[in-house]
Amino acid sequence: MKIAARHLDRITIFDVSGDIDLATSPELRKALLHELRDQKMPRVVLNLGAVRYIDSSGVASLVEGLKASRDVGSRFILFGLNKTIREVLQLSKLLRIFEIYESEEQSVAP
Amino acid sequence: MSRSSLLLRMELRSSPEMLCVVRNALGELAAKLGFSDPECRAVVLAVDEALTNIIRHAYLGDPEQSIEASFRRIHLGDGPSGDALEIVLEDSGVTANPEKMCGRALEDVRPGGLGLHFIRESMDTVEFSRSNGKNQLRLVKILHAHAPQKGS
Repeated sequence: MKIAARHLDRITIFDVSGDIDLATSPELRKALLHELRDQKMPRVVLNLGAVRYIDSSGVASLVEGLKASRDVGSRFILFGLNKTIREVLQLSKLLRIFEIYESEEQSVAP
Repeated sequence: MSRSSLLLRMELRSSPEMLCVVRNALGELAAKLGFSDPECRAVVLAVDEALTNIIRHAYLGDPEQSIEASFRRIHLGDGPSGDALEIVLEDSGVTANPEKMCGRALEDVRPGGLGLHFIRESMDTVEFSRSNGKNQLRLVKILHAHAPQKGS
């Protein structure tokens, strides 16, 4: 997994690629919590367009990001979900709890 | 069950870094057996989650332990083709606690506890046993008659 951060005004956009699994999800979790809890960014956007695979530990990291965003009053947004990620979130019955958009433009819109 | 043929056997380290190796190999194997793309993804997810559980709970994160995985095509005598993929994972870690193997209610939105749910939803049979100091997890996915590739 690779993760790169971009900043657009007070929005952090993470471009994630590769596989999010037991080996890599701690890095994603750390990055998300840093932006949300430490930097208190009002909006954190996760671009999952280049993610091939996500397992339950990856889903757990997303849930932690969501909970942290709720704690600090930020928005935590996902976009670019492919079939694999949608299936896993659907299986976990968690698809509806996330704020999900199709594109980056929608995700950073005021 | 009237016949069983070994397709692949692996012995791997209990390191999270090995998970992608197994996923790639299993994805190819499932596709060659004729599983549909969603079925391939389901089988890969189930085995990945099962290995994750072994690494985290049976071996408590020790990456230097051993996990044995065998993959067989078996004949069940039911289902359109009558065939299925049987996956057996064995480890010598601590005994799994059945009370901790019930997962969690999905309505409870919190990190963790999803792995077993994914395994059960993805596979047709999930059986756990322990004998001779080893945990054994048997997973079966029935092969529906899509378009099995001959000679692969």
